[in-house]
Amino acid sequence: MTRQAVAAGISALALLAGAPALAEIKIGASLAITGPAAFLGDPEAKTLEMLVEELNANGGINGEEVELIVYDDGADPNKARTFATRLIEEDEVVAVIGGSSTGATMAMAPLFADYEIPFISLAGAVVIIDPVQEFVFKTPHTDRMACEKIFADITSRGLSKVGLISGTGGFGASMREQCLDVAEGAGVEIVADETYGGSDSDMTPQLTNIAGTDGVEAIVNPGFGQGPAVVTRNYAQLGIELPFYQSHGVASDEFIKLAGDAANGLRLPATPLLIPDQLAEDDVQRQPVQDYIAAYEAAYGEKPSTFGGYAYDAFHLLVDAIERAGSTDPVEIRDALEATEGHAGVTGVYTFTPEDHMGLDLSAFRILEIKDGGWTPVEQ
Amino acid sequence: MSELLQFLVSGVTVGAIYAAIALGFTLIYNASGVVNFAQGEFVVIGGMTAAALIGAGVPVWIAAPLAVIAGMLVGVALYRLAIKPAREAPLVSLIIITIGASIFLRGAMQAVFDKQIHRYDGFSGDAPLRVGGATILPQSLWIVGGSIAVFAFLAWFLNRTRAGRGIKATASNRMAAALVGINTGRAMNLSFALSAAIGALAGVLATPVTFTSYDVGVLMALKGFSATMLGGVGSPLGALAGGLLIGLIEALTAGYISSDYKDASAFIVILLVLFFRPQGLFGARITERV
Repeated sequence: MTRQAVAAGISALALLAGAPALAEIKIGASLAITGPAAFLGDPEAKTLEMLVEELNANGGINGEEVELIVYDDGADPNKARTFATRLIEEDEVVAVIGGSSTGATMAMAPLFADYEIPFISLAGAVVIIDPVQEFVFKTPHTDRMACEKIFADITSRGLSKVGLISGTGGFGASMREQCLDVAEGAGVEIVADETYGGSDSDMTPQLTNIAGTDGVEAIVNPGFGQGPAVVTRNYAQLGIELPFYQSHGVASDEFIKLAGDAANGLRLPATPLLIPDQLAEDDVQRQPVQDYIAAYEAAYGEKPSTFGGYAYDAFHLLVDAIERAGSTDPVEIRDALEATEGHAGVTGVYTFTPEDHMGLDLSAFRILEIKDGGWTPVEQ
Repeated sequence: MSELLQFLVSGVTVGAIYAAIALGFTLIYNASGVVNFAQGEFVVIGGMTAAALIGAGVPVWIAAPLAVIAGMLVGVALYRLAIKPAREAPLVSLIIITIGASIFLRGAMQAVFDKQIHRYDGFSGDAPLRVGGATILPQSLWIVGGSIAVFAFLAWFLNRTRAGRGIKATASNRMAAALVGINTGRAMNLSFALSAAIGALAGVLATPVTFTSYDVGVLMALKGFSATMLGGVGSPLGALAGGLLIGLIEALTAGYISSDYKDASAFIVILLVLFFRPQGLFGARITERV
């Protein structure tokens, strides 16, 4: 075979493979599937792909097939903006899910107002929805809510003086600020405020100082990655007996494995995804949580993460909005999305309003306590 | 008072880890003048291999030596495949090669192991020991003991054995060393193998306390390198003292001043020392004839 013939054959194959499926509804996504935020983007992309397949197998939306177009922005805001433009102009999608990170989300956000395309972000920060932008929504709760939830639990135990030990990474630093900000309103006083670097291997000096602070009644550790596990082990090593709180950043079985027995007795705010079997029969989130876990485990052979749950909710909110709009006009989808009321997802129960594009309240967080290496919901 | 003791315990534990990494830097520098920036990766290879083996049910007393051997083999491969073919290149090129090797190893570890954080139980359990109001993990004693043992071994090896003196001679003048009958290739090979083994040992000992994941090598190398510079490049005693000093400065700053300035204060001390004593605390003053 001549080289030309091979080349021609390859192009023909490429044409066949690239021929568009006969999808009527195109949904776009720009996620951090690789790079530093891959732990967010990877489960998010897997979740979306799984859901689209499932949806099309069941007849799509109002009888029309859905095509998902995913780009990997590696959490780079510049790439995210380029991909968002491509999704809107070339792929002509009716809605976009994504922005695994706050940086990527904020870089893309202005485009959606210009082109009037609805956008659901999977990133955490408050700035995404405050102030409200007409076409921008988000599914994860904020770190501000995590602080409020933790402080509510602390005050309900009759305590008020809190020592903070925060990681200096993006997650820890942002949550620390939010905690300092909401403390007064929540009736809590921050009496100690220590930090540690993300890869530090010993936090006993910081914890010794907090434990030695006059009147301290509880310790809160906003952080992500291995830091909180080291803090937890050091806390046990020093024999501190104050009530101890971690953040939603470590709400995974992985954390319990790393922190070991030292984790027993600590509490943290988390989504119901961690306690599928312990949700009450009449809990509206029971069904979506169990469905998601079963489907994800069947598809990928591993447990879904909290982050994949954000994508699960974004997709279902969008499908629900398109069904109710009965149209694929982006503006009508947006209007339907904003009218979402009481949509039970895995993260929480969403009710969007023109003033609230996150749609979650504090009930989306459950306070869990680690007991014997497992999660137990704390009665409230 | 028990506060101070706790800060000191913390500083010595962390410092001993830095010292063990610094000792690895010292050996390769002594043999070749190369600062091996892939040193942190050996630490990770040691930790990850041990974690993987222990996770698979291998007892720790078998897993730990195997992990050190794995690190050693990678060290030899690094020398044979990357450094040796370029040995006539200027020193700076060799150092850049080690940076490239560290990026490659990090990528390879993602594929060979995974991207999760790992740890295993301390060799003598995880129940803290109480000493005069402070608590110390048994694993900290292993780490401190390990660093001192490595230091003692290196001091003996480099000054008292033929092979060790061969390594030093190779570093000071490769041609002259070859002319007096030293197998300089073997000396280099040996120094990479040993220093990789030292790095892997540091990883094996430290992982129960520090945890490990494929990407912690860079920061490990940075701290170890700082310790090397502070103590004096090429001096085992300097590496040990430099590591402990940085660990103590960090812990005491975090304890008494502010945890925000922990890393900054360590680097300020290093800058000051290098400003007034460029050769480091224990480094020999280098005079070069032209």
